[in-house]
Amino acid sequence: MSKYFMLQDQQKCIGCHSCEIACKTNKGLPAGTRPCQVIQVGPKFFNGRPRASFIFMPCFHCENPWCVSACPTGAMQRREKDGIVFVDHNLCVGCKTCISACPWGAPQWNPEIGKVVKCDYCMDRIDAGLRPACVTVCTTHCLSFGETETMPVVKRDRYARAMASTKGAAHLE
Amino acid sequence: MEKEVYSLCFMCSVRCPIRVLVKDGQVKWIEGNPQVAGMEGSLCPRGSAGISLLYDDQRVKSPMIRVGERGSGHWRKASWDEALDYVGDKLKDIIEKHGGHSVVLGERTQLATHVSKTFLKAIKSPNHFTHDALCKGSVNTACRSLFGYTDAQMSMDYKNTKHIVMYGRNLFEALEVKPVNNLMVALEKGAKLTYIDPRVTITATKANRYWMIRPGTDLALNYALIHVILKERLYDAAYVDRWVQGMPELQDFIHPYTPEWAEKETGIAANGIVDLARELSQDKPSVIFHFGYRGANHPNEIYMRRSVMILNSLMGSMEAPGGYFFKKGPGEEGGKPARKLTEQEFPKIEVPRFDKVGTPDFPLPDPNHGVGQMLPRAILDEDPYPIKALIAYRFDPLMSIPDTSLTKKALDKLDLVVAIDINYSDIAWYSDVILPESTYLERTDSIQQANGLKPQMFLRKQAVEPRYDTRDGAVILKQIGERLGIGNYFPFENMDELVAWQLEGTGFTMEDFAEKGFVAYGKKQIFWDRKTGIKFKTPSGKIEFKSSLLEDAGFESFPAYEPMPSPPDGQFRLVVGRNALHTHCSTQNNPYLNELCSENELWINEKKAEKLGIGNGDMVEVKSNKGSGKIVAKVTELIHPESVFMFHGFGHEAEKAARSYKKGINDALLMDNISDMIGGSPAMHETFVTVKPV
Repeated sequence: MSKYFMLQDQQKCIGCHSCEIACKTNKGLPAGTRPCQVIQVGPKFFNGRPRASFIFMPCFHCENPWCVSACPTGAMQRREKDGIVFVDHNLCVGCKTCISACPWGAPQWNPEIGKVVKCDYCMDRIDAGLRPACVTVCTTHCLSFGETETMPVVKRDRYARAMASTKGAAHLE
Repeated sequence: MEKEVYSLCFMCSVRCPIRVLVKDGQVKWIEGNPQVAGMEGSLCPRGSAGISLLYDDQRVKSPMIRVGERGSGHWRKASWDEALDYVGDKLKDIIEKHGGHSVVLGERTQLATHVSKTFLKAIKSPNHFTHDALCKGSVNTACRSLFGYTDAQMSMDYKNTKHIVMYGRNLFEALEVKPVNNLMVALEKGAKLTYIDPRVTITATKANRYWMIRPGTDLALNYALIHVILKERLYDAAYVDRWVQGMPELQDFIHPYTPEWAEKETGIAANGIVDLARELSQDKPSVIFHFGYRGANHPNEIYMRRSVMILNSLMGSMEAPGGYFFKKGPGEEGGKPARKLTEQEFPKIEVPRFDKVGTPDFPLPDPNHGVGQMLPRAILDEDPYPIKALIAYRFDPLMSIPDTSLTKKALDKLDLVVAIDINYSDIAWYSDVILPESTYLERTDSIQQANGLKPQMFLRKQAVEPRYDTRDGAVILKQIGERLGIGNYFPFENMDELVAWQLEGTGFTMEDFAEKGFVAYGKKQIFWDRKTGIKFKTPSGKIEFKSSLLEDAGFESFPAYEPMPSPPDGQFRLVVGRNALHTHCSTQNNPYLNELCSENELWINEKKAEKLGIGNGDMVEVKSNKGSGKIVAKVTELIHPESVFMFHGFGHEAEKAARSYKKGINDALLMDNISDMIGGSPAMHETFVTVKPV
């Protein structure tokens, strides 16, 4: 895995898709090309209460990325210094092999340029000291990004507080 | 060349503060203003799609003059001079023959509203209306009847609330960034959320308690809550004693409305209602019963909204941390607000408004907003007088006023329909002339006077030059005005000059906004003293449960509850709403937003659907006594069996807005145009429909 971690706090996510739109805006992508996507599952009733999940699916930036192995031209690469998996558009010939290879559907087709585009954690933004586009605009700040060991410990925090107060326990359910 | 510009979003009417990055004359990035608490970079999906609006090649790119029949879609491009002369000549003729009052201007309330109002005042027309009545006229009137303030003059302290109750206020889908984040903070601290809606929304999925109420019976639920609160003395006695007028009358009135009675009407268990009342009482005064965003469902809307605010008052939450607060203006800090053009001297207007607001026929709605849904009948019946011209400014009567066929028939009677719009909206498509406005990224706007716990001013500032041949709305009105001989009421050549004129005497200049996008009059949050210092603006200076506003106008403060009828067999109550991806009827053609949500579906309860032989994803015909259309069915357990639901704003008829053209159904096509004749809202959930497979 890359040295980074993208944390999505499900409890705060409202499935608004602002992350997806900011991603597309930042990369200037046409309709149909979606490097990150929020998949909504539900709502469904659990014990009489409606609950929904919003699964945030960017690229996972694998340790041994199948897309990189599959790429015949070397366009798909893993950045040495931090493990970000990205496409070099100068080398991409649009063969789509990476799209087939990825088990998660991360590489996307950009019909406007006839090449693949994918989540690269907005490495130009990261290199400029900024956060990825999706994380920056996230409506509820449910997305966090950083080096894995610096990620907020919301789950533990919440659990501890719920343990300490019966009031909070109701909210944790 | 790169620059950063602080400005205000305008993908909806909330006006979230934004930071815009511009490189070589192109907008590269927009984010929530990081220097504003509650924003900190955040933007909702519509805000994130702002650049997609800016570069959309399907918006109106130059003035257009109609050449075929109205609505035929035959246009020719025109220069600004030609289009403005055309409008000016027509208006001049109409005003000479029929008087200035034969001209109506309708708009969504916005920063340039003072300019539109000035335009009409100068031609001696009282006929300005905003979208507000269509959305929440009755909420406005309900608040004035109790507190002497409009709903817009108060807000909620979400961040510190301990329990919030929302009746279809789908806060996590019909988004405002700051309230969403502030409520998230409260929930994280352990606040409770009770959500009541015939339909399961995203907000319902975040709630501690969700009640699928029988549609239209919120008022019965509230009366039962009040019943329990009074019976068990769960209210804030000291607060009520000091501030409330009309407790004995409320006591008498509420007696028959027991939780057991409400259970039969609402479908919510009586003991659940009792539990909720007790729980809320424990957290008082830091509780919020939300008064809603859109409050336009039933003809008794004002009494539903009053019941919400009576509950808040009983909990003592008015002007309490974690409850409601009244917005504080610059005067509280010894400052002065920005000037408005409407402060000028105007000729006296002798005629009533087209909607008769302020007359004995329709005394109580807020004349600052008028009642837009009265327009079709006023035109058709020439009552109170003939109306000849409509200027629709970022407002679409064909989608926003119930009963589109009726509205169209009325428009057909007009001599002139002008649309000031960014997009090919349905009204632009149905107009004679389209005067294209620049997007919010391409223009500076009038000052936003942001009253609140901390009074501030914000500025929408031009980030880039207009991409197409478009102009600022305020400048367009000024330029029409010049052709009518009223140019003297518009003492500015461009928006910078207007802003400078507005800021005169405030002690601030436009440069003061450059650093953060806003200026603040003071540093501290202002709460009035809850024991002695709340400045209610009612005649009694108290919260008027027994309302002088209502009773002086001949209405009751506490009319008996009338049961909400269930739809006849085989029919459903049509319920409408919003999601996070679209603003009213204005964003359906936005490339990115359309990609994620391109048409509406008809939510129908799975058991009912099964009986009708309707499967999920099937095409169905939905029909009312006003209209019909075809739509995809979403068969689900997530909606009450008495209702069907669709998102508002779809089914566009403007061909040039190709992505949204004929996608889904326009809910207004199905609705009957009936109103709460006390409060002023239309009753949008009063229509029954049939659904059948096609």
